[in-house]
Amino acid sequence: MTSTPGAQVAPNPDLVTLTIDDVPVSVPKGTLIIRAAEMMGTAIPRFCDHPLLDPVGACRQCLVDIPDAGNGRGFPKPQASCTMPVAEGMVVRTGKTSPAAEKAQRGILELLLINHPLDCPICDKGGECPLQNQALSHGPGESRYHGVKRTYPKPVNISAQILLDRERCVLCARCTRFSEQISGDPFIALVERGALQQVGSYEKDPYDSYFSGNVVQICPVGALTSAAYRFQARPFDLKSTPSTCDHCAGGCQIRVDHRHHQVKRIQAGEAPEINEEWLCDKGRFGFVSGRGDDRVTRPQVRRDGKLEDASWPEAIDAAVAGLKKAGESIGIITGGRLTLENAYAYSRFARTVLGTNNIDFRARAASDEEAQFLGARVAGRGMDVTYFDLEKAPHVVLVAFEPEDESSVVFLRLRKGVRKHGVKITTLAPFASRGSSKLNATLIPVPPGGEARALHGLQLDRDAIILVGERAASQPGLLSEVVSKSLASGARIAWIPRRAGDMGAIEAGCLPHLLPGGRPVTDAAARVDIAAQWDVAELPSQVGLTINQQLDAAASGDLKALVLAGVDPLDLPGAEHALAALDKAFVVQVTTRANAATERADVVFPTCLMEEQAGHFLNWEQRVCPVHLVNEGTKNAMTDLRILAALTDALGKDLGMRTTAQAWDDFSQLGDWAGARVADPIVGDAGVTDGLLVASWREALDASSGNDFEVALRKTARPAVARLSANTAHRYGVTNVCRVISATGSQSLPVEITDMVDDVVWVPMNPGEAGRLDVPPGSLVTLASPNEGDQA
Amino acid sequence: MTDLLTPVLSEQWGQDRSWKLGRYEATGGYRALRKALAMQPLELIDLVKEAGLRGRGGAGFPTGMKWSFVPQDNPNPKYLVVNADESEPGTCKDMPLLMASPHTLVEGVLISAYAIGSKQAFIYCRGEVLHVIRRLQQAVKEAYEAGYAGKNVMGTGRDIDVIVHAGAGAYICGEETALLDSLEGRRGQPRLRPPFPAVAGLYASPTVINNVESIASVPSIVANGAAWFQAMGTEKSKGMTIYSLSGHVANAGQFEAPMGITMRQLLDLAGGIRAGHELKFFTPGGSSTPILTPASLDVPLDYEGMASAGTMLGTKALQVFDETTSVVRTTLRWVEFYKHESCGKCTPCREGSWWLVQLLMRFEAGTAEEGDVDKLLDICDNIGGKSFCALADGAVACTRSAVNNFRSEFEQGYHTPAWELFPYAKSALFTTEGDAR
Repeated sequence: MTSTPGAQVAPNPDLVTLTIDDVPVSVPKGTLIIRAAEMMGTAIPRFCDHPLLDPVGACRQCLVDIPDAGNGRGFPKPQASCTMPVAEGMVVRTGKTSPAAEKAQRGILELLLINHPLDCPICDKGGECPLQNQALSHGPGESRYHGVKRTYPKPVNISAQILLDRERCVLCARCTRFSEQISGDPFIALVERGALQQVGSYEKDPYDSYFSGNVVQICPVGALTSAAYRFQARPFDLKSTPSTCDHCAGGCQIRVDHRHHQVKRIQAGEAPEINEEWLCDKGRFGFVSGRGDDRVTRPQVRRDGKLEDASWPEAIDAAVAGLKKAGESIGIITGGRLTLENAYAYSRFARTVLGTNNIDFRARAASDEEAQFLGARVAGRGMDVTYFDLEKAPHVVLVAFEPEDESSVVFLRLRKGVRKHGVKITTLAPFASRGSSKLNATLIPVPPGGEARALHGLQLDRDAIILVGERAASQPGLLSEVVSKSLASGARIAWIPRRAGDMGAIEAGCLPHLLPGGRPVTDAAARVDIAAQWDVAELPSQVGLTINQQLDAAASGDLKALVLAGVDPLDLPGAEHALAALDKAFVVQVTTRANAATERADVVFPTCLMEEQAGHFLNWEQRVCPVHLVNEGTKNAMTDLRILAALTDALGKDLGMRTTAQAWDDFSQLGDWAGARVADPIVGDAGVTDGLLVASWREALDASSGNDFEVALRKTARPAVARLSANTAHRYGVTNVCRVISATGSQSLPVEITDMVDDVVWVPMNPGEAGRLDVPPGSLVTLASPNEGDQA
Repeated sequence: MTDLLTPVLSEQWGQDRSWKLGRYEATGGYRALRKALAMQPLELIDLVKEAGLRGRGGAGFPTGMKWSFVPQDNPNPKYLVVNADESEPGTCKDMPLLMASPHTLVEGVLISAYAIGSKQAFIYCRGEVLHVIRRLQQAVKEAYEAGYAGKNVMGTGRDIDVIVHAGAGAYICGEETALLDSLEGRRGQPRLRPPFPAVAGLYASPTVINNVESIASVPSIVANGAAWFQAMGTEKSKGMTIYSLSGHVANAGQFEAPMGITMRQLLDLAGGIRAGHELKFFTPGGSSTPILTPASLDVPLDYEGMASAGTMLGTKALQVFDETTSVVRTTLRWVEFYKHESCGKCTPCREGSWWLVQLLMRFEAGTAEEGDVDKLLDICDNIGGKSFCALADGAVACTRSAVNNFRSEFEQGYHTPAWELFPYAKSALFTTEGDAR
């Protein structure tokens, strides 16, 4: 199922042949000895070595004997195999065949242990600790050290999330190298010297990183722990299930560690083609949001204006009654959390059961131009641009996209490309964000609405890649320009949505003009294709209502019923309008947690958390990423798909599938669509509006509900500020705190004067904050002094 | 006796205000620079190669060859860095040189920078010796004012800037790559090699790093020729060098003599061991070099001679200890120094020196246990040659050689404190008030 055409391991003609422990082995030129030994199955003990970090040679644990360096001469002393590349004819002896190397390794381990506390029984790492493991496999049985061990006050909070127990540290510098080399947040460093050397941070600058959890995972001892997992479980009591992160569209492979039917922690999986061995903090720590009091566990039905618990049959009857009453005047909005199978079920349910194309997954700012773009350039295209391409592309252009905030693992891959392969990044944005600076990106400063023109003027060649974010939908003409620029230059496009379920929703046909696989609704052959697969005579042929049209129609009373799946109405721009629409229509909500829609829903169905179901996500590459059932003891076995199947039964029809496996099979049987696609969007550039404009994007960590209840994670979010240029601040007479006022709302924020485009104010797009602007980027706003009582 | 001495670098040290430019010029100073600037850089490199000058910082690498490793086709600037971070215990040659005759170094720097095509030279000076740094800064200032340094050196159209940088007092910064990190403003820790400094050193550009004495020797070679230099010294160790004697000798100090002079000759020059005492052991080149006993008094003090005796010439810092000295106590003091100065980067040095100190303290206090001598040697074996740089090897070298030469004295640490075996007051060179022992 998981085809990975991106894994391009080209045979390397530059092979070097050497001998390790008397076994000849040929490896690519430049391979480090430790890696060459791994390839033939010999694990040389190591602590500081990490294949994704630059070699440092600090711990000296991986010493080997090299009687011949390939030039007939040997090294008189053992050498660190983690820093030395192989050479033709080299002879290497590891601890397996060289008593000298074996003694060296034992000696180093003994030295590492003399100051290491014997607190394994209470250490988080105990049971999965490289130091513990290697002490057993390569270390001395007893210590010859009789002195007093080095101790420090413990633990030290190097950030709200990460804690440091210095006496456990073996000073391998993995964490400091990660923060400097991989994520570019060098807020931790080795300080002091000699036996007092330690990992430290400047007290006024805590370890501020979206990727801080990785240092816990790569720490070879228990020196770094997370507030979230510290003392929560023993590694040997945990069950591990591989899965896919359900936050953003990155498709990161994760390992879910759980016990007693509860997820205890999430670790990065190993996926060289996706997230390598890294994970952002949101993906790692944001998994407890389903544990609050707002979790919906039973169906609910509104009776006499009051939502009450109901049995499943009661709720199904109530929903069916409402839907029947609405006839074909029904719309479906599916949010970003759905697996491909669930999205596919909604798509099929809309067409074959409700008989409508009124379905849209875009629970955010959306435009018709975007819908056309998705149909023309994204849906049914299969994998094109991959993570590997981002790493090696000569030039990557970021359009309405801030990788560090909006797809953190894409950011890591781009940064790797910049560091290792000299990838050149150009970003069209109002200012150089911290992420852009870490990518050494060339900034083309543009106000919101200026992107299309700037892109038009950019010199691109066919090797370039345009990364465009979903925010582009807010700027009329921008996606059209992306397409025409690509056609003119040959540069490839990758559209990167924000949510894990978005790409699957597109492929499943959760759009009013698209059937699965990019088949246009208006294309008779496409309808026949899908009708045959779905075992129905015909499919509705009219393009359905987009999310904006659905909400408008519901608000005006033209649309009688709405089905909401995984949607928080506060995510929608024009949330007040959306809530008004929900007030008017008959609303069926399928959700894990109660939200503003629940207060207005007529029937509420509880559905599974991600760990309670299996399925697949398609990440932005359109790579298939499997989701595995983690919590086998779940009390709630009703997925969206099963709820829809039950509704269909009650409506006297047949959805044709009831299980995730059936849905996947059904989807997989759809062939590629060879017919015509939706035409490319041709919308003129609306240009930049005169006046003060708001620029905005969602930061990686904010008050979004997916981070709920993870206190330490929330604390590591960047403080919300309004960014203005000095000129703009001066012009509008703003100083420390300002109130940004839009047509529909206002928000008071501390001001941070930023080197940026004039007449633009940047605010974080944060749905959970009290007071919100509720307008898409590029809207006109005004600035005022804060209300009394507003705090910076 | 004194005809054994060959004062070249130290010739003017005794003169009044020998550190001033006028004085230096009056005795032929900066004539070598003028001569060198009239030569081709390659000729200069060949001259230094031919003279056989080898690094005076301890390792003895041929200086001219080091210069020739600098890739001249590299588009980056070339840098000359002088290692004036003299901190090896017992070593006291560069600092007196810089105190008494800083212009010798400055002239050497200008010639050497010209030879390797460098427009910018740095002198990284040990930070604690403020007086020396000031002398050096004044000398550089004088050289600039006289037109020897800076823009258009001596009217040749060449620019050579000389920058004096004060370290912050870390022994590890005498290790050349740690020095470069420190000079760049980072924490001084040794770098991974390759790349070697000649290819990617300071600011990732081709860099030559030489000891003060090596560079200071260059003007005399230019002035007097390779043959003059070769006439001094032994077959493979050419020229004159400064030996610094300290400890239990009658007249401690610096002695500039041809390479290959013996310890017996040097002791004679220094008036012998202090009255009424006899030599017990000595270091040939600072505490990092394995100690020698009177049996080696006649071994030539050159690179090959010391290697044949199982030790190293090092910095030619001859620390002399008479029979009143506890070798256990001496070793402990040395190893305490290495523990204090370990940068912490690698395990064997960081943890090993910490452990060695604790073990040696037990030997000193007479509380070591049967078998601890072998344990000490085994731990030395686990440290020596396993560390990132050579710092830990120094700690191991002095410990091992002390045990090898005086094992019984260590074994006495199983039951008797060192201060009972060797009352410390007896070995003190200076008495301080209230010194009861």
